Amino acid sequence: MKRGLNILVVGVGGQGNILLSKILGEVLLNTGYDVKISEVHGMAQRGGSVVTYVKAAEKVFSPLIDIAQADFILAFEKLEALRWLGYLKKEGTLIYSDYEIPPVSVITGAYEYPDVERILREIGVRAYKVEVKKLLSSLGNSRVQNTLMLGFFSRFLDIDEALFKKSIERNVKREFIEINLKAFELGRRIEMCEVEK
Amino acid sequence: MKMLLLGNWAVARGCYEAGVKVATAYPGTPSTEIIEAIAQYDGIYCEWAPNEKVALEVAIGAAIYGRRAICSMKHVGLNVAADPLFTASYTGINAGLLIAVADDPGMHSSQNEQDTRNIAKAAKVPVIEPADSQECIDFVKIGFEISEKFDTPVILRLTTRVAHSQSVVEEGQREEIEFEYKKDIQKYVMMPAMARPRHEFVEKRLKSLKELSETIEINKVEQGTQKMAFIASGIAYQYVKEAYPDAWVLKLGMVWPLPERLIKDFCSKFEKVYVVEELDPFLEENIKAIGINNIVGKEIFKLTGEYSPSFIKKAVETKEIEIPYKVEQKLPPRLPVLCPGCPHRGIFYVLSRLKDVIITGDIGCYTLGALSPFNAMDSCICMGASIGMAHGISNASDKKQKVIAVIGDSTFVHSGITGIVDAVYNGSDILVMILDNSTTGMTGHQDHPATGYTIKGQETYKLDLVALCKVLGCSVVEEINPYKINENFEKIRKLLAVSGVKVVIAKAPCRLHRRYKFTISKRYIDFEKCKNCKLCLRLGCPAISIKEKPTIDENLCLACGMCENVCKFGAISTQKEQ
Repeated sequence: MKRGLNILVVGVGGQGNILLSKILGEVLLNTGYDVKISEVHGMAQRGGSVVTYVKAAEKVFSPLIDIAQADFILAFEKLEALRWLGYLKKEGTLIYSDYEIPPVSVITGAYEYPDVERILREIGVRAYKVEVKKLLSSLGNSRVQNTLMLGFFSRFLDIDEALFKKSIERNVKREFIEINLKAFELGRRIEMCEVEK
Repeated sequence: MKMLLLGNWAVARGCYEAGVKVATAYPGTPSTEIIEAIAQYDGIYCEWAPNEKVALEVAIGAAIYGRRAICSMKHVGLNVAADPLFTASYTGINAGLLIAVADDPGMHSSQNEQDTRNIAKAAKVPVIEPADSQECIDFVKIGFEISEKFDTPVILRLTTRVAHSQSVVEEGQREEIEFEYKKDIQKYVMMPAMARPRHEFVEKRLKSLKELSETIEINKVEQGTQKMAFIASGIAYQYVKEAYPDAWVLKLGMVWPLPERLIKDFCSKFEKVYVVEELDPFLEENIKAIGINNIVGKEIFKLTGEYSPSFIKKAVETKEIEIPYKVEQKLPPRLPVLCPGCPHRGIFYVLSRLKDVIITGDIGCYTLGALSPFNAMDSCICMGASIGMAHGISNASDKKQKVIAVIGDSTFVHSGITGIVDAVYNGSDILVMILDNSTTGMTGHQDHPATGYTIKGQETYKLDLVALCKVLGCSVVEEINPYKINENFEKIRKLLAVSGVKVVIAKAPCRLHRRYKFTISKRYIDFEKCKNCKLCLRLGCPAISIKEKPTIDENLCLACGMCENVCKFGAISTQKEQ
């Protein structure tokens, strides 16, 4: 992994991006790389658009991932997947949740929520959609989308599954470890189906 | 053991290892976690102070007594603390005093983009600037050593991307350090006769700090293989290294006072040296002032916002970056909003319906009342400013203009109280609304004197805002329930006609705070009864959206019931449709 691994985690404030980045960062650290994670707090927590950067390489300098530099974008909300798409590398992969959270600009009618699938097809990006809504209700918990998505994403990385589970156990509050491990495993078992280009 | 640590947590770790005994702060993004993390360690006295001025005074006291102390704040907090800072520079310290100040280039959560180095220069105190989490730990210790050796407060400057990035660190052991307190009025009592010689001392100290800066190991030249050269510090150094890993870099860990000989020597080796720094041309101007002219700075690098490796590359090479996947369509913006269940929503819903009223705002969650769908705020300057501004507007209009000042409970304690004192004293006719959610919301639920809990979660005396406002001389002081929208509309309209300084405390705890338990009875919309008038949408609640008719997202609803309150057709209730 000399050339490094750049992962952008995007979503809406409150969806657990920061925790997920921490879990992922620790996994990468335990595989022997230098790791940096960057996050933004404050105003962005309050339902705004949120991005965290996870970088791993032999030596990482900037904690930011630049435009057109992400190997993966992990999006917890559909519209946010589109908003940050410019950060994806040419050979990069987008993994996005089917979860829709309309922003106030849509609720008040100033904008329409875009047809994300159609736009992605038009742009022609390598993308995988995870149907989290269905899966989350099967788990009976809507707060574990982040670990569920991590489960799915973990299959793109050649890293031992046990490292992910250990990192979840270390970073999640004790009473939520079990449900998060369950979500991770469920995510790992989802059928892989690439969105048609 | 190698581990990932947030920059702010690393500062805290550094303080623990450096034997800090007293830590104080008022919360402010991106600095908040420093003191929160220190509070996790035993053996360090730690507190939320009502504001940054008081916090710094507490830390100064501790340092003079002979115990290492840290005070942390965000850049705008340093303005509040500037008064004690400028004179603490004169008195000096006894045990080390570190002031951690987090600047916010890009204004992720701030009202301006100010550069702390300017204040440090004006106060004549040294500045050190770490570039990652390990340096946060190391620089804290170096900072205390400089502080004690040179008898000066030291500013540890952070920026958002250092404070809020996690990188790899190795932790060390705590060392206990204590100095004896000795009464010394020549040094610690700053009246003119004593302050004059101390000013001489400060100027001499700056000269010796300059010498330190020439040799200190955190100012270093990193050799390159390319004939390109940069001067950078903090996060800008990381961006330079990523953009040009083979270039020469003079990395400054101590950015004030400047190592003039080191810089002269470095610059003489190259035809051109790029000075890369976010915000102000601080290094650039001070380098030019010593007669070095082969540097390139703000003529190609911007004065505003954050930098990135690609921004530096683009500026140096004037080359555009290709973006492989572009979304041409204009996407709906996602601005921050008041959370589902937020008590402030009810107040702003009412305020947005008042006519001919000017509303002065303040810094906190409720600043979001300025945004759609409420648009119920006319100004927002700094903490505590809403009350003074309301008073100013009212008097400028010969009291013809109705003015409402909104302010939070934490902010009111921070610097709103003196505003009330002024308004009452000068016979104002304003309405002050304290939006009391019993916490410091925007920065993530910190306690303050009116919550009745300390930073350690221990119960303490709870400042009574009603009693306080009465004793300050307000003509009316009333508590209201922010969820009772219709009732509050009438009440506020009536109060606007009453003379004097009226205070309304809209009291309901933050819906996301773990300390407060809420009965959860989620609301649902009955589509038969719903006339699609869309009034509920005007609450701007993230849980309510519209497809054909409004619906409530069960996962997001926090069951505050405000929407049930505004629906005229009784379509919203706790009854789920079958």
